[in-house]
Amino acid sequence: MTSIAKPPVRHPGLVRNELGLSVRDYEGSMSTLCAGCGHDSVTAALVQAAWELALPPHRAAKMSGIGCSSKTTAYFMRQSHGFNSVHGRMPSVTTGASAANRDLTYIGISGDGDSLSIGLGQLSHAIRRNVRMLYVIDNNGVYGLTKGQFSASADVGSTSKKGETNVQPPIDPVLLALTLGATFVARSFSGDKAQLVPILKAGLLHNGMALIDVISPCVTFNDHEGSTKSYKFTREHEVEISAADFVPLRREITAPAAEAGVTSVTMHDGSMVRFRQTHDGYDPTSRESAYAHVRACQLRHEVATGLLFIDERGSDMHAMANTVSTPLVDLPYEQLCPGNAALQKLMEKYR
Amino acid sequence: MHVSMPTDVRNPQYYHKVVDCQWACPAHTNVPEYLRLIAQGRFTESYLLNRESNVFPGILGRTCDRPCEPACRRGRIDGKPVAICRLKRVAADLRDDITPYLPTAPTVRNGKRIALVGAGPSALTVANDLLPIGYGVVIHERISRAGGLMRFNIPAFRLPESVLDEETQCIIDMGAEVRYNTPVHSLKALLSEGYDAVFVGSGAPKGKELDIPGRWDDGARGSIHIGIEWLGSVHFGHIEKIGARVLIIGVGNTAMDCCRTSRRLGGIDTKVVARRSRPYFKASPWELDDAEEEGIDIVENHAPKRFVIENGTLVGMEFERLEWSESDGKQVSRVLDTVILPCDEVILAIGQDNAFPWIERDIGIAFDRWEMPVVDRITMQSSLPGVFFGGDAAWGPQNIIWAVEHGHQAAISIHQYCHGASVADRPPQGMHLASTKMGMHSWAYSNDFNPSPRSKMSHTELVERFSKISVEVELGFTPEQTATEVQRCLNCDIETHFTASLCIECDACVDVCPVSCLTIAPPADSEAELRTRLSAPAVNLEQALYLSPALPQTKRLMVKDEDLCLHCGLCAERCPTAAWDMAKFALVLPYAFGSSGINLPATV
Repeated sequence: MTSIAKPPVRHPGLVRNELGLSVRDYEGSMSTLCAGCGHDSVTAALVQAAWELALPPHRAAKMSGIGCSSKTTAYFMRQSHGFNSVHGRMPSVTTGASAANRDLTYIGISGDGDSLSIGLGQLSHAIRRNVRMLYVIDNNGVYGLTKGQFSASADVGSTSKKGETNVQPPIDPVLLALTLGATFVARSFSGDKAQLVPILKAGLLHNGMALIDVISPCVTFNDHEGSTKSYKFTREHEVEISAADFVPLRREITAPAAEAGVTSVTMHDGSMVRFRQTHDGYDPTSRESAYAHVRACQLRHEVATGLLFIDERGSDMHAMANTVSTPLVDLPYEQLCPGNAALQKLMEKYR
Repeated sequence: MHVSMPTDVRNPQYYHKVVDCQWACPAHTNVPEYLRLIAQGRFTESYLLNRESNVFPGILGRTCDRPCEPACRRGRIDGKPVAICRLKRVAADLRDDITPYLPTAPTVRNGKRIALVGAGPSALTVANDLLPIGYGVVIHERISRAGGLMRFNIPAFRLPESVLDEETQCIIDMGAEVRYNTPVHSLKALLSEGYDAVFVGSGAPKGKELDIPGRWDDGARGSIHIGIEWLGSVHFGHIEKIGARVLIIGVGNTAMDCCRTSRRLGGIDTKVVARRSRPYFKASPWELDDAEEEGIDIVENHAPKRFVIENGTLVGMEFERLEWSESDGKQVSRVLDTVILPCDEVILAIGQDNAFPWIERDIGIAFDRWEMPVVDRITMQSSLPGVFFGGDAAWGPQNIIWAVEHGHQAAISIHQYCHGASVADRPPQGMHLASTKMGMHSWAYSNDFNPSPRSKMSHTELVERFSKISVEVELGFTPEQTATEVQRCLNCDIETHFTASLCIECDACVDVCPVSCLTIAPPADSEAELRTRLSAPAVNLEQALYLSPALPQTKRLMVKDEDLCLHCGLCAERCPTAAWDMAKFALVLPYAFGSSGINLPATV
């Protein structure tokens, strides 16, 4: 929390993107989270990613539920749309919003409480529907807003600030998403922007739900010895098993395509994700291989990070439901509401 | 150079350099601290803090060359520096009586007697520093008043006589013996009077000549004046008017004083004529502005060729119109044509020379090929031990604030010399560093950024200022202007002080910094390489990079580019472990009488 507003002064050397915006134009209001919160770094990474992609702020919608993580939608892209929903209901509200206006970029920010406890069902079904959105879970293993109880992602054996040991097994959102058929699954760390920013960029352009589990330490309740989601523990146990270098469409690709250990996946808009192999035999396009590797790391008490799985051929919600390609707001009234005669004709089909 | 070497912030010079204004000031005045005192309405304390380093706050608050202002970090933020100089004047104008706080000479003297030649800013500074520690000081002054150049070369409309009198007299009142109307004709004779040391602060009293055709013609001689001599004659009332059409040759600050004085004495058509174009003018930009506001024409690229004399009177001057271009990195000129500018009188303000006809060349003082004494840059001592130089007498015309600093250094040397210590053995500078943290988001300074533009000084109406030469032009800042202007200061002395061992590398400081000063970076091979890898590339190579020791978790470095730091304290507010702190830095300067801080009231 900060007592003064961020001064309006900017570094004169700030680069502008093709919309003419500097990175600071993607900022929001001042964070009121604890000093040193991992969530603020995730926010900064989102600001950076959106600026690098030259995302028009007015064409994005920030969606969230309840929790420390869900507050952060106020701290970036102040000119974007937003919806702060009921606890755990962000995936459903986003589904509805996306159904109505498929052209916006949806950025959902949630936490381990919001998504893995109260909203677990909502998350699961949004994955199945493959709603086209970036879904960030700021995962710190505790309920920070209610003084640090263990959350559903706390590891067995991890201790609370007061020394209690967690005995219930954790829900791993990455393994969950892989089982439920997610088409973009990644894990990263708030303290490693070099890795997080390219993953966020790739996720923002993915054709479907891009789920990113971000280990984001709670500096107040879960950054102590005995925590498995602290800055120190994560730095010591992080294993990057698949490095993604996002290459947007507009940039000329100068790196040799056939470089050893590098594979490329073309995104639906023509941009590319290049994978640098950091782990023997890892294939980010194979769901089975990804699951096995992440599970193996988990057993070794390692935190597997990177863009772990991607399937760019999957159908998103609109393709599955065969919806109209125009956002509803842009449809002429006669088409959106064709009148009683058309309704009766439709009803006739179901008799 | 391998830059994994952490920055040593215990060396006073590192944080001192961050305080751009203080670093640029020859006397290293603690600007941010005195601005904060003004902000609190503590004008007396602010004045005394100023006086400690620059001795003449009221005079300098009106006349200083302000090296601090071009250096001011605020200028790099929104284009205009804090109006430091004129705020100094506010403190001087609004202070209470300072006599109770001035140092006094001890009743028992130390038995040493020092002769000072001249009663200008450098010599008076020497007296100011030596009198409180028991020295006997004898000042030999050519004219009947103290102040030197400050008195007879700065017109009264810029510096009221009362201000000059008060600030010079309070030094003399500490117990200096002043011999007015006593020019020194022989240094040899002075030395033979048995002084323990001699300080020469006699200025650069000789204006340069312009030896071109017509200069010495009978009809012209009386209408051509040397700038500084003419200003002196005006000051003493020997000259009270001038012709209507006046040409000022030269475009330094003396030329500005001459043209504005000329305008007040009847020179309703006064022109300043310069050889070069505006970017190369020696006068300070604000002095040019003030002159132009008074209707003075400034003519560029005109080189004097001859004085035009008709029927035994000066009627004009012929100039070559020049065009400048660059060749081999040098500016070269080409003559386009010649023009004659009509005039009644001419004032030459093309520079000053030193003149030491009174120093015998056989007494052990070495002179260089420009007939200037050889003076040590640090000790101010000449080649004759015990004889020191300072002010314009040392290396030619500089400015008042440099003269003051020369005086401080010479006083230290004299003190060392009189006690048998080596003058080259300089007392060290020191520093204080103390946290300003008062509580959650609460600091002992105002860290909120004030986006206001620089306040504009209000001036006396033109009609009124031309009515009398002593009408002061600048009116000072109003209380409202003062309140805003002090808040424009970024408090660069409140340093971002980092403790690497506490850092958990959460990135909070890097993310929040509004001007992208901070980066957590892997060690680099060179500083140049590191500069390219920062959050915002560091382009201002004059400004230092701070490098922390290796951080505990990843062994990377915290790097700070000092260039544009607003000292807003957000890094420290966002730091969960207080690895960043906002700590007040105070430079401790050595003086002959001890060190800075000892003569201030306890509240400062």
